Order: sequence, then structure tokens, then C-alpha cells
Amino acid sequence: MVPAALATASGVGGAGALAGLLLPCRLRVPVVGVLTAGVGAGGGTAGVAALEGSRWAAALPGLVPLAGAHVAVDALAGVFMAVAGAVVVAVAVYGIGYAAGDGPHGLGSRTAQAVLPLFALTLVLVPVAASVSTFLVLWELMALGSLLLVLAEHRERASVWQAGVWYAVMTHLGLMLLLAGFALFAAQAGGETFAALRAGAQGVSPALRGLVFVLVAAAFASKAGTVPLHAWLPRAHPEAPSPVSALMSAAMVNLGVYGLVRTGLDLLGGGPAWWWLGVMAVGGVSAVYGILQAAMAADLKRLLAYSTSENMGLVIVGVGASGLFAAYGDRPLAALALAAALLHVVNHAAFKALLFCAAGSVLRATGLRDLDRLGGLRSRMPATAGLFALAALGAVALPPGNGFISEWLLLQSLIHGFQVPGVAVAVVLPLSVALIALSAGIAAAVFVKALGVGFFSRPRSEQAATAGEAPAPMLAGMGLLAVLCAALALVPGLLGDGLDRAVGAAGLPGSGALTGGGLRVRLADVSASLSPLWVVAALTVALALAAGLPRLCARRRRRAGARLWDCGGGAPTPRMAYTATSFAEPLQRVFDDVLAPEQDVNVTPVRESAYLVERVRFQRRVPDRIEHRLYEPVLRALAGTGQAVRRLAGGSVHLYLGYGFAGLVVLLLALTVGW
Amino acid sequence: MSTVGYAAVAGQIVVVGAGAPLLTGWMRQVRSRLEGRAGAGVLQPWRDIRKLLGKEAITPAGTGPAFRIAPALLVATTVVATALVPLLSTDTPVSGHADLIVVVALIALGTLALALAGLDTGTAFGGMSASREMTVAALVEPTILLAVFALSIPAGTTNLPAIVTGAVEEPARLASPAGLLATAALAVAVLAETGRIPVDNPSTHLELTMIHEAMVLEYAGGDLALVELGAQLRLTLLLGLLSSLFAPWGIATSASWTTLALALVLFAAKVALLGAVLAAAEVFWAKVRLFRVPELLAGSFLLALLAVTSSYFLSGGS
Repeated sequence: MVPAALATASGVGGAGALAGLLLPCRLRVPVVGVLTAGVGAGGGTAGVAALEGSRWAAALPGLVPLAGAHVAVDALAGVFMAVAGAVVVAVAVYGIGYAAGDGPHGLGSRTAQAVLPLFALTLVLVPVAASVSTFLVLWELMALGSLLLVLAEHRERASVWQAGVWYAVMTHLGLMLLLAGFALFAAQAGGETFAALRAGAQGVSPALRGLVFVLVAAAFASKAGTVPLHAWLPRAHPEAPSPVSALMSAAMVNLGVYGLVRTGLDLLGGGPAWWWLGVMAVGGVSAVYGILQAAMAADLKRLLAYSTSENMGLVIVGVGASGLFAAYGDRPLAALALAAALLHVVNHAAFKALLFCAAGSVLRATGLRDLDRLGGLRSRMPATAGLFALAALGAVALPPGNGFISEWLLLQSLIHGFQVPGVAVAVVLPLSVALIALSAGIAAAVFVKALGVGFFSRPRSEQAATAGEAPAPMLAGMGLLAVLCAALALVPGLLGDGLDRAVGAAGLPGSGALTGGGLRVRLADVSASLSPLWVVAALTVALALAAGLPRLCARRRRRAGARLWDCGGGAPTPRMAYTATSFAEPLQRVFDDVLAPEQDVNVTPVRESAYLVERVRFQRRVPDRIEHRLYEPVLRALAGTGQAVRRLAGGSVHLYLGYGFAGLVVLLLALTVGW
Repeated sequence: MSTVGYAAVAGQIVVVGAGAPLLTGWMRQVRSRLEGRAGAGVLQPWRDIRKLLGKEAITPAGTGPAFRIAPALLVATTVVATALVPLLSTDTPVSGHADLIVVVALIALGTLALALAGLDTGTAFGGMSASREMTVAALVEPTILLAVFALSIPAGTTNLPAIVTGAVEEPARLASPAGLLATAALAVAVLAETGRIPVDNPSTHLELTMIHEAMVLEYAGGDLALVELGAQLRLTLLLGLLSSLFAPWGIATSASWTTLALALVLFAAKVALLGAVLAAAEVFWAKVRLFRVPELLAGSFLLALLAVTSSYFLSGGS
């Protein structure tokens, strides 16, 4: 089952790439879309089969020169393949409608359409790799594919180039770290297949294991978009075409988590507490910093990108907690934390893909990403607004959304961590619960802002007032994702066995936390349960009763179309309504010290009078402070070094000959002295 | 599960539902007497709600489904939370599902629905108050979750009936540093969540200082009745939750009619006492400036964090 599905996916992906290259413009988009969906279906099927317990491993010597390709599928890989597959199917269907509007440019161009199926294929195949060389080749292909797709709209906006450069540099720095870490690991363990690494890991000295982990974890954390290596994410996601943003945010960043779990817990076989405390710190800071930046963002896609950073932070807190509990020997609890993290990966993929797709529909209909200029879309685009609301419910981590279930499970695993002895645990766990709770609280404000300002209220611009509903393929793709979100929210128990197997593949015993109707945590001295279906049923009944009460009692019918209350000052205009920026202002004041907003007021007085003001110009931006403080000095230093080195190349041939001569002499001297 | 259990759940909903307007009336009465006024009587909120329910609801031009559904959703989330929280009995058919995190999240869902409705009107007041409400909620939710966490550590679960039963059997838990700190943190959070002085003034009519009231400016008739009822229900529920968590004595831990009747009387007495204390305190307090509120909430957040940490060191870490 697994090899057949993967072979189909690869074949269909190749055919898709060819179709993208060869077919004429009109046929290209639908054919490539269908073939890409086929890639997703194949990969997803393989993933689901792996979750149901089938395993497969093979060595394909001819595929990659020198080392040959090694592939293996287990349940851990299955989770990520199934998620990527499902997201690819839905987004490919959505993409047919999206790219059709682009004509021969942007996502509809020959290059983009040829790369799209290949990128989808690498998303599905990265978890299949079972040797360092195979993994790195697929990883790099994935990075290149996404880079080309991010650049798809480079003709339209100059900012796309900038985003592409940031992304290219950061993803390749990540690759360097990965290469260094894996090369060191493989050299010490005496083999480059994952089986050899697993077997040889215990023989490696603790210091080297630590070094390998730090190098590899930094690379994977950067791919997952966690602070401080997140700078590419809020640039690349907004500038990419929306289906690509959805693929990157819902499927590609997950693979950073996959890499962390695979290397840290499986290949290295767990490690000392300090590894995982570091991982948890990174995750916790990302969660809060990401959601704070999202709260400040007025660009809808930038907001969603930062929210990805937050959710990946939460997932990484779960992974770190799992490693920490395992390091202290509490394996059932470690299994629970890992199951929570993996469940959050699944949930996040479902709602974030839907959010990006809905944002893409808005962008397609209005040409706007700026929340301050949107508004009133619920009457012009009711389906898109409803789907966005459904996904936002998942993202705010409140019942009956799907995000609530995984955050609940994550909180349960942390709360029950008090059984684990150790001062580090006693200090870190309360802090992580506090950070998760704070990020959940701010997330509620963020998505109220995105939904309330962007879709409710009244239109604040001409484009928003004349927007039209998205075409059918886009709605169909979003509908698929909405069904996934609803299923994950109502019957998460269906994933139970698969998650247990995935956790088992990472070397931990199954948690058994998710069963048929709901969630049940049962550990020594500890229990908790949650039944999403019951909560939804109770809410529905209560809602019907509460809505019926005024109907029964009222003597007169509801009056529609009344005037809004205007303090007697004339009808309120859309300009008076709160914008995203003004909505976030109180939060910005509260977190002033963290965000360090920059404010600029320019007052121009009327000539010959200091008291009459002609014009006041007010500007405020909230720059990404980490980027500001961490990256800019490094970039300045690099640029400065480059400038300094330029002085060596003055353009004189004599000087260059002199360099050659001096170099030769130094080399000869070194050889004579050295030998 | 016995009939007594079902009766307890129904009793909780009925007592909170019918008692919430009375509690508000009682608190207003206490307040007016302390201020030297005669007061409108304990029954006045009931009369108000009955009057409003008979009037026509109004849908202003340009509002959408979120505006219409929010009042009902506010009441629905509170009613579901009321059914779950052990106010009268810890032994009910739903006690297995009564998870504290779920209760907190349900209450937050009601806040969120109302904030969306405020934004939906597209007026400056609606947006302003939605923005303020969400800012406060964003800081209150973590405080409540952390306080919950501190309480659940000694009990080993986040299941509310189990926490309450544990406190009844082992009163020393309540007097521990963790218990006291968590009480203080939760009390501040409850004040903020229900929009009482010093965070918000429920009887203000000056728009610029309003938090909660400006969001519901556009509601009339039955919708307004639901919003008012929802706010009163939340106050009763949260005061009841406080009393169940920190003064659980008298709550029925087994399924018998006599203990249930006793629990009912004691619950009413405890909540009335808490309400009277709160009303009396409000006479002497002033509303804090909006941008000082986060300082207050940050303080309570810190208390909750301290509660958790001390709880770890005292019960888990050693």
C-alpha cells in the first residue's frame, strides 16, 4: 500500500511538472491543479496507511549518486505525510481557482505551475527519507521549490524580491547548520542511514551529541519559524501567492517539528534536560512574541504568518516538554506531551491552511491585505467570511474549535508534569503554562481583530465595498479544509490510535489519550477528560433555548434597518469605525516595553504663525524588535566588511600581480617552514 | 446516575438563572443603602428584564449575523458553564466533563462573541469597547488559567468536582500559600471578567470610560434583556465558583436530597454574602484609569504565577 501510493504520488508529481512546462496557458492551471491534488492524495494515503500501522523501508541504490537513497515510512513520518497530503489536496483544488485569475503571470506562470507539483511532492516525501543524504537532498529541493513559488509574483511587487532574498539566505544558513550537524553525527556514529545513526548514537560522547543537537535543532527551529530565527517567515508568507502561503504555513513549517522530533527523540534517542529546556524556552518565547507581533500587524497575511510562529512555538513547547519528561524518566507523560504536540500540528495545519486560503480569497476579490482598508466583507463574500470565522474559532483555542483540543491536551501534560521531580521542572513548567495561557489570551484578541475588523463592520475602501465572492474551485478547496477542521473539533478521538503509533515510533509508549468519543488523560494519580461532542451538543441546545426566549416573550416583531446610535451627530461614517491599528492600540500600550513602537509626529505650522497648524503628520510603526536588534547589526557588519575589502581591489593590474606574488611567497614559506 | 444528580444540575441552572437578577438587585440595594439612598428594591432587575423581554428587538442597519447571535451565545455559554461547575453538588451526571479549563474557555467564548458583536456594528463606540474588552480579556484569561493550575496541582486533576471534593476532605489545602495566592489572583480576575469596579463601572453612562456597556449600546428589547441577563449570570456563576473553590463547605458530595437542599441554602447565603462584600467594597473604591487596569491584572497574573510555583515546590517538587 505505502510504496504503491508513494510511487503514484511521484509519478503524478512528475507528470504535473511536465504538464506545467508544456501545456498552453489555459489548460495548464486545471491540469496541474488536478495532478497536484493527485500528489497530495497519494502522499496522504501513504501517510494514513502508515498511521494504521503499516511500515515500509527500502534502499534505492541508483537514485542518488554515491550513497544511494534510503527510504522508510513509520507512523511518525505518517502523521506529517498525512497532514501534508490533506493540505496539498485541498490547496491544489483551491489553487485552480486562484491561479486561473492570474492569467499567464504570478502563480499561473509556466515556472510556478511546473514547480508547484514538485514542491507538493517534496512536502510529502521529506518524512520518507531514511538517510542523511536522501533527507538533505529532499530538504533542499523543498526549500528551492518553495523559494521559486515565493518569487512567483516578483513582477508585481518589489517587496517580493526582498522577501525572497531573506528566505533564500535564511533557509540556506539552516541547510549549512543541518549539513554540519548531520555530517558530524554520521562521522561519529559510523554510518549515514538513519538505522546506523540510531544504532551508533549511544556511542557518541555527550559533548558531541549536544553539539549535534544544537546545530540540528537550530536549523529545524528556523524552518519551523520560531524566534529568533523567524525573520524569513513574516516576509515570505505574505509575499507568496496565497495557496503557496497555505502550503508553506500548514505543511512546510511542520517539517521543522518533524526534524526536531526525528533527530532529538528518535535518532539521538533523547538527551539531557538542558537540550529540552532550551527547546522549551525557544518555543515559549516564540509563542508569546509571535502572537504579540500578530496583534500589532495590520496586514492580514502577516498576521497569519506571525500566528504560525506562535503555534509552532506551542508545538515546540510540547516537544520540549516531552523530551524533558523523558530525560527525567517519566515516559508515559512524555508520550502524552508529544501526542499533544503532534495533535496541535494536525489542528494548526487544518485551520491555518483555511485561514490563508480565505485571506487569499479576500486578496483576490479586493487586491488588499491591509485590514485597515477592508471591512464589511461578510455581506459581499458570505461563504469566505463564514469559513474564515470557522478557522478563526480553531485558532483562538476556545471550544468548540479544534485548536482548543490540542491546547487542552498540551496544558494537561504540563499540569501533570508536577509528578516529575527536579527544580528545573518546577520552575519551567509554571512559566510555560503562563506563556501558553498568555498567548491563548492574546490570540483571542488577534482573531477578534482579524474577523471583526476585516470581515464585519462596514467597508472602509472602494475595493472592499465592491468585492465579489470567490469562484467555485476556491470555495471547494476551502470547504474541504473546513470539513477537516470540523472533524478534528468534533471527533478527535479518531486520530487516537494513529497518534499513539506515531509517539511509539519516536521511542515512547503510546499515551492512549484520545479515544473514540473524546479525550481522556489517565496517568498515575491523574485523570482528566474532555468530550468535544458533548460540549457542542450542550452549547447548541442552550443557544436554541436562549435565542427562543425573547421570541416567546416579545409582543412585537424585531425591527430591522434601524439607525445606529450616533450621539445626535449625524450618521457615523466608515472612517469613524475602529481599524485594526486602533483595535490593537491598548494591547500595544500594555506591551510597550516589549514591542518598542516607533512614533513620529511632524507638525507643520502655517507660515508666519507658530500657533496655527497647517498639517500634522503622524506615523507609527511597530518594527519586529528581534529583527531590529539581532539581524541589523550583523547585516551592517557584513556590509561594512564588504566595503572594507573592496579597498583591496583598487583596479590596478600591478596590485593584483603583487597579490599573486605575495600569495605564492607566503605559500612557499609556509610549506618550507611547515615541513 | 440518580435523579438527585440530574436534579442538582437542573437546580444549579434554575438557581443561578433565577437568582442572578436577584443578586444584582441585592448588590445594588446594599450599595444604595450604604450611600444613604432608599434603592429600587431587590426585585428591580427582574422587572427590568421582564420589561425588556416584552419590547421589540432592533437590528440596526449594516449589522450582520454576529450582532444578532451574540446575546444568545453569551447566555448559552454561561448556562453550559453553570451546568458544569459544582455549585450545589459535586456528584452530578456531568461531573466527569466538568473540566476547569473548559469552563474558563466557555466564559471567554461569551466575551469574544460580544466583542465581535461590538465590532459588527461598525460604530466608534462598538469598536472602542470591543478593543478594550479584548485587551482586558487577553490578560484575564491567563490569570484564571494559572490560578486554576495552582488549584489543580494538589488535586492532581483539572476536574472541578474532584478539586472541590478534595478541598472539602482536606481543608488544609485552602489555607496553604498556594491556595491563598490563587484566591487573591482569582478574585481580581473575577472582578475584571464581570466588569466591576475597579476595572469597569457597570452603572456608568459616560461612553469614554465604558468598557462593557459601550459594546451593547445598539442592543434593545429582548436582545438587551439577554445581554443583561448574561452579565448577571456570569457574575453569579463566577462568585459561585469562587465560593465553591475557596469555601466549599456545605456543598453536596453525595447524592441525597437533604444535603442538596442544605447546599442550596448555603450556596445562596455564600453568594449573597460575597455579593454584599463586593457591593460594600465598590462604595469605597474608585474605578481605575483604563491604562492602569493592565497593571492591576499583571499583579494578579504574578500572584497566580507565584501560587503555581509555590504549589509546585510544596506539593510536587519535594
